[in-house]
Order: sequence, then structure tokens, then C-alpha cells
Amino acid sequence: MELTDGSRIAVIGGGPAGSFFSYYALEYARRFGLDLELDIFEAKDFTKIGSSGCNHCGGIVSESLVQELAADGLVIPSEIIQRGINTYTMHTEQGKRSIHAPTDEHRIAAVFRGSGPRGCLDKSLKGFDNYLLGLCQEKGAKLIPEKVTLLERTENGVMVGCSKSDMRKYDLVIGAVGLNINALELFKGICPSYSLPEVTRAYISEFIMKPGDIVRSLGSSMHVFLLDLPQITFGALIPKYNYITLVLLGKDIDKDIVQNFINSHQVRSCFPEDFPVKRALPCQCYPYINIKQGNNAYADRVVLIGDSASSKLYKNGIGAAFITAKAAASPAVFEGISKRHFEKYYKPICRDLDSDNWVGKWIFRVTRIIQKSAVLKRGLLYQVGKEQAKEHSTLRMSSALWDTFTGSAGYRNIFRRFLHPGLLFGLIRSTLTSNLSINNRHTHEKQEARQTL
Amino acid sequence: MKSKKLGKLYKDKEIIIKQGEKGSCLYVIQEGMVDVIHETPERETKVAELSESDFFGEMGLFEDDVRSCTVRAAGEVRILTIDKRNFFKSIKRDSSLAYRLLEKMSNRLREANEKINKT
Repeated sequence: MELTDGSRIAVIGGGPAGSFFSYYALEYARRFGLDLELDIFEAKDFTKIGSSGCNHCGGIVSESLVQELAADGLVIPSEIIQRGINTYTMHTEQGKRSIHAPTDEHRIAAVFRGSGPRGCLDKSLKGFDNYLLGLCQEKGAKLIPEKVTLLERTENGVMVGCSKSDMRKYDLVIGAVGLNINALELFKGICPSYSLPEVTRAYISEFIMKPGDIVRSLGSSMHVFLLDLPQITFGALIPKYNYITLVLLGKDIDKDIVQNFINSHQVRSCFPEDFPVKRALPCQCYPYINIKQGNNAYADRVVLIGDSASSKLYKNGIGAAFITAKAAASPAVFEGISKRHFEKYYKPICRDLDSDNWVGKWIFRVTRIIQKSAVLKRGLLYQVGKEQAKEHSTLRMSSALWDTFTGSAGYRNIFRRFLHPGLLFGLIRSTLTSNLSINNRHTHEKQEARQTL
Repeated sequence: MKSKKLGKLYKDKEIIIKQGEKGSCLYVIQEGMVDVIHETPERETKVAELSESDFFGEMGLFEDDVRSCTVRAAGEVRILTIDKRNFFKSIKRDSSLAYRLLEKMSNRLREANEKINKT
């Protein structure tokens, strides 16, 4: 069972996973001298402002993905990039520290997935999803702006039915439907052993602000918060050109948790003093995120990719879409489209992401312990501060944190680096030094106060 | 709108890589143009002009040797660096990433052959 000249592929979903699959399947086919027909079914119009044109995501294209795309000749145009990020600023109740990119470069792209948040008056904004779809169309993909309502197996293909047009027959069907439960159930019908991913709710909102104010308050730095607040695993403010995106990840984020976070002194201090943070939320959503992979996301002539199959825990969802999309496109073009082919060539990549996420869960458990401990947070800040201030420092902690925050490296790689004896010894020493100096200062202050009395 | 760009900005005539120096990164042009120059004690010869999405420095990925040419900004240019380690890790997972590199290197070899034949 393989693709031949004239074979037809249906890609259901035109987000990054669907687009990356389409782009690479057509590119591999070109290299292979194979003539394919590829249709992308996407009902959303990514040129629309607000929720109807958006796939609900913080909009970070990671350092590793920017590099891989560049190596493949895909330079993200500046009109798509809302801001180039070159530092991360880590906030805790005990203080903040900036971690700089390994080289003096803007290597992370902050983008909008759609064409701007609800209420946005700038009609010239261009989104990342639409840019990727455009690349696929340039390669020869056909966009069908319809919702798929039916998937049905036939003897030698899969029938795809839409709300407005006739059923079409395809040799291969790709599921890139994110975490849309109705669409995933459709795929379960033609892929019976597939089990759906586990999800939780995250929170994303956008604050409109003058570009100058954003530069003054956040700069080109992504601000991450290690605050001792319930249910929040990760909170971040992402500066864009004239918006700031707030992303909260954790367990079942709701309104109260969001307010709790926004009201914290550390978050408030990232905005200009007179900025009405509580009232300035024209666009907000509680999207689902993948916290446990779907299993057996393939069958004969069918494969699910991106969030529908495996993602990267809490980070770099677009990067995971890229990895799974290419991992499915390669066997589909070069090997075959039977269950056996996907099991042999696609499953190991998903399994690798899953086992990396398992380690990631442990990293986030340790992060939770640090979040709750003022003593450890002081130590962490002290160590990062020392590394960043010193020229030619080994930057062990800074680079491990950089990769944790940016999602640039795998969790296993990060975990190994966190276990480096030099890093652990440095953290213990920094924790002792920072906390002893605090105690000494407190004792000194108490003594001074007593003397004044 | 500088904030909306990736990579590092080099000014006109600024040296990005210097012939004879060690280096192991690959560079991808995000915006602008560069001149690739071969230097001898007697003269400088421009061997190529590269523009957006072109890369240079690829020999540094494979050889533990010095840079064979100098690359200089021709006007303002933005360059993104790709680390050798990251690049090879990505290739280990996805070997097709090496395709474009091989394709370009093959093109450059063909162009070099044509130049030699002409002289």
C-alpha cells in the first residue's frame, strides 16, 4: 500500500501540523519525482480577526524550530513576527533575573496564530497559520474551506464528506484537527484502536498596549513567573509588537486563578503603573492543551499528527506539530501508507515525544517544589545572577533554565543537565549563601532596630 | 520595526566570518545580502553574493578546520546562527534536514567546476 503518481491526500485541519505535513509531503514528493494531489480541509479563515480566525495558542516559535525551518530554507517573514525574543526574565517573590540567549541574537519568534486578537483595529496583521497555509498552496496544495463531517472507509481508500460539497475519495487521510473532540471522534470511526489524548484547560489573553510602553516594561524578553500560586505550573507574559500575551498553564485554569495571578505584585510590576490590567482583556480564551498523548494514532491510510497524537508537555506545541508532521510525511511518501509502515516509522517518533514528556512531568514536579520554596528560589536567583554577571561562565543553570522555558531542548536532555554535579553543587552553595546572607541581614536589621529603640 | 526580526543585525561591510579563523556554526541570511570573499596577500576576490534564506559556513559543520573565505555584510543584513550540536541533533531525528544542505553544496560545486573550466 503506497502512494503513486496521481494519489490523493486529504489533510483535515490547516493549523501548523496540517500545513507542515502538506508542505513536506509535497516537497518530498517533488524530490522523489512523485506527482501527488493534496487537499487541505480547513473551515477557519485565518485572515479573520479574533477567535474565528485563531487556533488559540500563546504564539511562540521556539529557538530550535526557527533554526530547523531556517536550515530548510524557510525564513519566517518579518511581517509575521510580532517580536523577536532574545532573553527570558524569571520572576519570583524573591526577585527577578534575566537569562540571555546563548548568542546575542533574537532566536525566538513571537507570532499571532490568527490575524490579531478580538477588538484589534490593525487589519494589516498577518498570522503564522495563514503564512504556513500560503506556503503549502505555493507548493500545490488546494485549500477547501469546509468542515469535514464524515469519514468512511471503502475497499481501497477513505471517503471524506463535507457540509457543503460531495464526498471525495482519498488514498491517505491525515488528521491534524488539534484537540477538537468531534473531529477526533470522526477519526476514531476509521481508526478504531486510536485512543484520544488527555487534556486540561490553559488560559490565554491579550493586552493591547503602545509599542513604546511594551519596550519599556517588557523589552524583547519573555517574562516567566515561578510564583507560589495554586494550580499554576507556568505563567508567562509574551511581548508582541503592540500586544502582550498572557499564558497560564496548569490544572484546569479558571477565572479566579487568572485573577489571582494578574493581581500578584510580580505580574502587576511588568505593566506601566497606570495600565488598567484588570479591565484590559478584550480577547481571552481557555483552550485545551494536550497533557497525555493519544495512542495508536494511525491505521491503514490514516494517520493523526500534532496535538491529536503527541505534543510536547506545556511547551513548543508548534515544534511538536512540526516533528510529528514530518515524521508522518516521510514514510507516507518514501515507504508506504499502511498501518505497518506508520507503526515502523511514525510510532517511534511519537513514542520518543511521549517518553520525553514523562521526564518533563518530573521536571515540572520539581519546579512545583521550587515554586513553593522561598529558600530554593533565593538560591536559584543567586546562581543565575552569578552566572549571568560572570564573563566566560559555564552557564549550566542558565542554559538548562533557558531550554526549560523555551522548549528548545528535550526534557531528557534538560534533566541530565540538571543532574550535573557542578550544577547541583552550585545550587546548594548558592542556596546556602543567599539564605545565610538574608538571615544575617535580618539579624543585623533587628539589631539596628533594637539599638534605635 | 527592528523588534519584529530574528537573528543578529550586521552593518554594511561588517565581517561576519573571517577567513582563517576557526568556526563551527552554520549561518542563514534572514534579510539582506552578503559578499563571500577569498583573500590572498595580493588581493581580495569576490566569489559569491548570497541573499535571503541562503546559508554559509557549512564547511565548519563537517570539518574541524578554519574558514575558507571571509563573509562580509553588503548593506545591513540579519543573520541567524545555527549551532553545530543543535543541527546534528535535529538531523539525527530527521535526516531530510540535510537534504537542502547537500543540494546547495552540490550546486556550489557545480558552479565552482564551471568557473574552473572557463579559466
